Amino acid sequence: MSENITINGESPTNPFVGSAPDQLVTPALSADRASSDYANATVMGWRRENGRVGVRNHVVILPLDDLSNAACEAVANSVKGTLALPHAYGRLQFGEDLEIHFRTLIGIGSNPNVAAVVVIGIEDQWTNRVVEGIAKTGKPVVGFGIEGHGDIATIAKASYQAKRFLQWATELQREECPITDLWISTKCGESDTTTGLSSCPTVGNMYDKLIPHGIYGVFGETSEITGAEHLCKDRAASPEIADKWYKMWKAYQDDVIEAHKTDDLSDSQPTKGNIVGGLTTIEEKALGNLEKIGHECTYIDALEPAEAPAKGPGLYFMDTSSAAAECVTLMAAAGYVVHTFPTGQGNVIGNPIVPVIKISGNPRTVRTMGEHIDVDVSGVLRRDMTIPQAGDALIDMIVRTANGRLTAAESLGHREFVMTKLYRSA
Amino acid sequence: MSANQETRGNGDGIPHVLAHSPKDNVAVAVVEGLGANTQAFGVITEDNSTFEVFVKSDIPIGHKVALVDLKTGDTLIKYGQDVGRIVADIAKGEHVHVHNAKTKRW
Repeated sequence: MSENITINGESPTNPFVGSAPDQLVTPALSADRASSDYANATVMGWRRENGRVGVRNHVVILPLDDLSNAACEAVANSVKGTLALPHAYGRLQFGEDLEIHFRTLIGIGSNPNVAAVVVIGIEDQWTNRVVEGIAKTGKPVVGFGIEGHGDIATIAKASYQAKRFLQWATELQREECPITDLWISTKCGESDTTTGLSSCPTVGNMYDKLIPHGIYGVFGETSEITGAEHLCKDRAASPEIADKWYKMWKAYQDDVIEAHKTDDLSDSQPTKGNIVGGLTTIEEKALGNLEKIGHECTYIDALEPAEAPAKGPGLYFMDTSSAAAECVTLMAAAGYVVHTFPTGQGNVIGNPIVPVIKISGNPRTVRTMGEHIDVDVSGVLRRDMTIPQAGDALIDMIVRTANGRLTAAESLGHREFVMTKLYRSA
Repeated sequence: MSANQETRGNGDGIPHVLAHSPKDNVAVAVVEGLGANTQAFGVITEDNSTFEVFVKSDIPIGHKVALVDLKTGDTLIKYGQDVGRIVADIAKGEHVHVHNAKTKRW
């Protein structure tokens, strides 16, 4: 055998030789197939007791705290088809940090992608607070405290209930719902210069087309607006909302970044991955990031982390970390049911209850990590696809995802569920 | 300078580099393997106008090339906006990144 093995004229440089099998990246929608009748488009979803539309039908086994993860995972292991959501926190938290903890757990249980919930906590009182919060939606929810019973008896009781919920939920039927009933969130990750040129404007175009017809949108990533804050402030629907937004951004700068930084943040924002992808400064990253909100819509409120929007349909800002899993979890807790996620270098994140649709315009990422990408918009860089065509391709994928197509992240088992923690516990 | 077909990516109008705004002093490589000593074909996405730049460094996909000579202290302009400062002199056609440009924020 020759010393220099070549495949298709190339010397393999890693153990995985040759090209990957068919990556099944979704080809761009052709212009003639794209619908412009956004107002009358429909999806097959589940309309919940409170009228909200979900696109998944999970029965969630929700731990109040870290101590209850084992029991929740045991229940999900014995009742196949239920979903445990283990997480790291919930003990000795206080103040605003505790409020975010409860808001996140209650919000996740209340999300329309969830049909029913079993909550397990170490003790009854905080467990009941979560149960009562979720019960306001009208959906089935029950809680169990471990103290006084032990894990095994709790797992047994919770498993009987989980099985009842699961069999009930699996008989619920999808029904035709207007696309305008969807709440669609966005956050990008592993950005590079291609996200600002292609995938972020694709999401912006989707919002420009769907927000006027009555969907709810949300963007966040407070620290990553640094460098574009003057433009972001101008996109508020009123001077009052602009001031509210600016105070949130400034507080993040002063209380989080300035209070805790040990260097100039050049190795954190942009991230190492961003820098490999060609992003040099936070200002450059921020301007690409802000392309996700398009050019037409204005945000009508600035939400606290995990706060449900309450001013009706429209675009919202949420004060979040820029870490992908934390941000997507907070948006899911606010009630958003589909997430659109532009990536340049190839972020692989998913969420347990919300389908995360990945959009990439970087041709190298589409080629080397195609199994993670749902919508390929690399044609935008080749100038053979326009941003409006890319926006239509994304809307098409949102409809297909809402109708049941599993996203790349769902197919590959990405279920990152990460609680936001503000400070050390008591 | 007129664009000839050989400089246009694969010869069918595919750009090597894209700039956002006519005000930008850098453009982004959008093809893989853009090597030094290439006459690169570029498009400004805001108005679809075209330009050419002689690339003097290897520019990885996604990385930036200077469209004009830049001096220490100059402002890096992309999206038509201030996105940082130049911290080492850069000749037109050279690679612009963390070794010669920096944020003004932190």
